[in-house]
Amino acid sequence: MKIGVVTFPGTLDDRDAARAVRLAGGEAVQLWHADTNLHKVDAVVLPGGFSYGDYLRCGAIAAQAPVMESIIKAANGGLPVLGICNGFQVLVESHLLPGGLIRNENQHFICRDQKLIVESNTTAWTNDFALNEEITIPLKNGEGGYIATEETLKRLEGEGLIAFRYKEVNPNGSVHDIAGLRNERGNVVGLMPHPEHAVEPGFGPDTSVAMRSGVDGLKFFTSVLKAAVNA
Amino acid sequence: MPKIIVEVMPKEVLLDPAGKSVNNALHRKGHKDITAVRIGKRIELHFDRPITDKDLAEAREIGEGFLSNGVIEDVVNISSEN
Repeated sequence: MKIGVVTFPGTLDDRDAARAVRLAGGEAVQLWHADTNLHKVDAVVLPGGFSYGDYLRCGAIAAQAPVMESIIKAANGGLPVLGICNGFQVLVESHLLPGGLIRNENQHFICRDQKLIVESNTTAWTNDFALNEEITIPLKNGEGGYIATEETLKRLEGEGLIAFRYKEVNPNGSVHDIAGLRNERGNVVGLMPHPEHAVEPGFGPDTSVAMRSGVDGLKFFTSVLKAAVNA
Repeated sequence: MPKIIVEVMPKEVLLDPAGKSVNNALHRKGHKDITAVRIGKRIELHFDRPITDKDLAEAREIGEGFLSNGVIEDVVNISSEN
């Protein structure tokens, strides 16, 4: 099972994302921003970072990159695509997911282990979770405040398109505590927190069992491997 | 140099944290009559020939489709200088 991980100029977490793919049992394939060829991958991860220096708006220039032309077309055809942090911003700027992301309400860059509730487990990237499962994965962003028009919010709530909500702490002022979204089809998922940083004991968030033992992020990647098998 | 100037502002209903920070600093400096600061962007598109109506129409398209995100920003002005 081949999962592409895109590198834009300024991407930071592509190697962690590729490692997460491998730990879940998949084959990670590097995709390059300037190359429209998706190399026959079965899914794509848009990793975190600061693509194009966050110039103009976070994710806005990356959304115009040659590789995104192919990814947008493939996503509209059902290819599973996961956008993490900056990747979520790229999905929003590509109109694969609605709304926008603005500077955190308290104006600080935030880095913390974040509790989330899985609100939708019928997507390519969340089918290994239980519905309403509580998970903890790292969050690290400066512009993670999710906003959308009232009309869009009504649609997101009504159609069950909110994939993750922040629990206990809403770190960035996101409306309706939205941490991540899915599209109608369930192949496209985007979220601000970082599942790829919680995939290996010793390097994840603290848990009640042991320090840094949290691996809740791994299920994103095992989910998509299952989805690809069943597709 | 002929240029088209596109001005983009965060939507009025949104909190503009950068503007708020600057406003706080101005208040510390004693400029109490300033009630709010909002910070937007001025984007210049340069040309080496005179600007046509078609350029301006395209600039509006670029402005609304790429230079701004309609969910969070508005293009408040497009003008040209020849």
